[in-house]
Amino acid sequence: MLEISNISKIFKNNEKDVAALQKTNLLINDHEIISLVGQSGCGKSTLLRIIGGLEKASTGFIKLNNKIIKKPSSNIGMVFQDPRLMPWLNVYDNIKLSILNENKKQQKVKISKTLQKVGLENCEKLWPRELSGGMAQRVAIARALVREPKVLLLDEPFSALDSFTKTNLHQHVKELWASLKLTIIMVTHDINEATSMSDRILIVQKPGEKEDKNTQIININNPRSDLKNVKYNELIKNSIFKESSIKTL
Amino acid sequence: MNIFFKINNNKLYKLLKSLYNLFKAKFSQPLIGIILPVIILLIWYFLAVTETIRNSLLPTPNEVLKEILILAHDGTLFSHIQITLTRVFYGFIGGGIAATILGILTGVSPFIRKLFDPTIQALKAVPSLAWVPLFILWFGIFENSKVALISVGVFFPVYLNLMMGIRQIDKRMIEVANINNLNLFQTIRWILLPGIIPEWITGLRSGLALGWMFVIAAELMGASEGLGYLMIDGQMTGRPALIIGALILFAIIGKLTDELIYLSAKPFLKWKESLDTMQGGANNA
Ligand SMILES: Nc1ncnc2c1ncn2[C@@H]1O[C@H](COP(=O)(O)OP(=O)(O)O)[C@@H](O)[C@H]1O
Ligand SMILES: [Mg+2]
Repeated sequence: MLEISNISKIFKNNEKDVAALQKTNLLINDHEIISLVGQSGCGKSTLLRIIGGLEKASTGFIKLNNKIIKKPSSNIGMVFQDPRLMPWLNVYDNIKLSILNENKKQQKVKISKTLQKVGLENCEKLWPRELSGGMAQRVAIARALVREPKVLLLDEPFSALDSFTKTNLHQHVKELWASLKLTIIMVTHDINEATSMSDRILIVQKPGEKEDKNTQIININNPRSDLKNVKYNELIKNSIFKESSIKTL
Repeated sequence: MNIFFKINNNKLYKLLKSLYNLFKAKFSQPLIGIILPVIILLIWYFLAVTETIRNSLLPTPNEVLKEILILAHDGTLFSHIQITLTRVFYGFIGGGIAATILGILTGVSPFIRKLFDPTIQALKAVPSLAWVPLFILWFGIFENSKVALISVGVFFPVYLNLMMGIRQIDKRMIEVANINNLNLFQTIRWILLPGIIPEWITGLRSGLALGWMFVIAAELMGASEGLGYLMIDGQMTGRPALIIGALILFAIIGKLTDELIYLSAKPFLKWKESLDTMQGGANNA
């Protein structure tokens, strides 16, 4: 169980403070797969970065299985919009980055196992420059998975990919989620992605201008059946999704 | 089409084709680089032999070669080259080390950058020869002042490239280090160092080129040995063949030392190299 309790994040800029998140509360069950949606700038990335330990919260706490999380840990993996592979390391060494403290033998076993999982056997020696966008993102996923995390955070991981590669990876991530019993929290702007992949869609709403307003999170529990009826209009009204992706629904 | 087919089946054709491919793969690059010097040599030969330009101004290639061979024969050529190489070497090491340390410090720490960089940038604007009187006053007229001048030449490109390289390190890559709990040493070993090596090498190569420029300046101003001295000597004694010979030696040795840096850096630049060959392959196809 991932517990997000009373999380606020105030960025202190030179002139004025920006409240990215205000008193956000959220419970996420083990082995859930969740889509986080919302207008850009509403704090989705910030929330993910706080869960991942990259950013310190101004107030509140995050607990994973009743343990407070303050810094990055091997229990939580993160994949960004860009693959962030080191261009000077080949695929093998890029994945090795996240298990540097293990011995060579273990590394070898784990890396080849993980590469197999993401469908990139025989690619160990390739340089990042030689990978397609989809392959590079698979390597980034492998780098997160090789640490055997319980929670996987995905910040718009497919948004830079063409639609064919995207659909392909959706399928693949769903399989990984099922076989590894992961908890996945995914930020997306694509309504197809959100409905087809997730158990729950969470709509994040910006904290209001006044200080007492908090970050609101609207829950859509069963997106595949629910979406077309009640909450669908609300989503469009909020113009959370890209127009193009709504038309194809 | 028919003819092509016939030729295609011909054994001679196959042999020629494999030879051609071998040539293309192994020799095309260096050979292309040699074309221009050969053309210049031919034009030079033509101008000199026909005396289009007077022989007292432009000697023939033969005469230049003879001059060099004479010097080589009595052993003085080697010692001239050695002394010039030694000056460049010490200047390169001195300027390179100072620039590397300062470049890292100013690259990493905004405070040190604000403290040092304006001054360094101002010093960079000082024309190189303006240092000469000061260095002679400080270090005497012998080796030290020359090495100091060369160090100044080497310093700036190395410093600037390294500082910019470090500043341009992608924060997002550092985040990857953070999320994977890399410690400081691991971050330096796997991310910072390999990230800045290309810029550092670029700086070292242009630093060396400037080092060669400055060694000539230093030797032209006053030296009793060295390739630059040979040029002055040729000027004083009216031997253009000697001047041109020294000039060619400068070009060859400068190119060789640059190649040396490039070759020793190559293993660290493999990841970039792979891009080059990929592009080369695409162009050839
Ligand atoms: N490092 C930062 N410094 C200052 N402001 C930031 C920083 N990161 C994010 N913000 C601000 O916080 C708000 C939320 O940003 P973000 O979480 O990236 O939104 P989203 O991912 O939902 O588009 C935005 O107003 C953004 O400008
Ligand atoms: Mg974002």
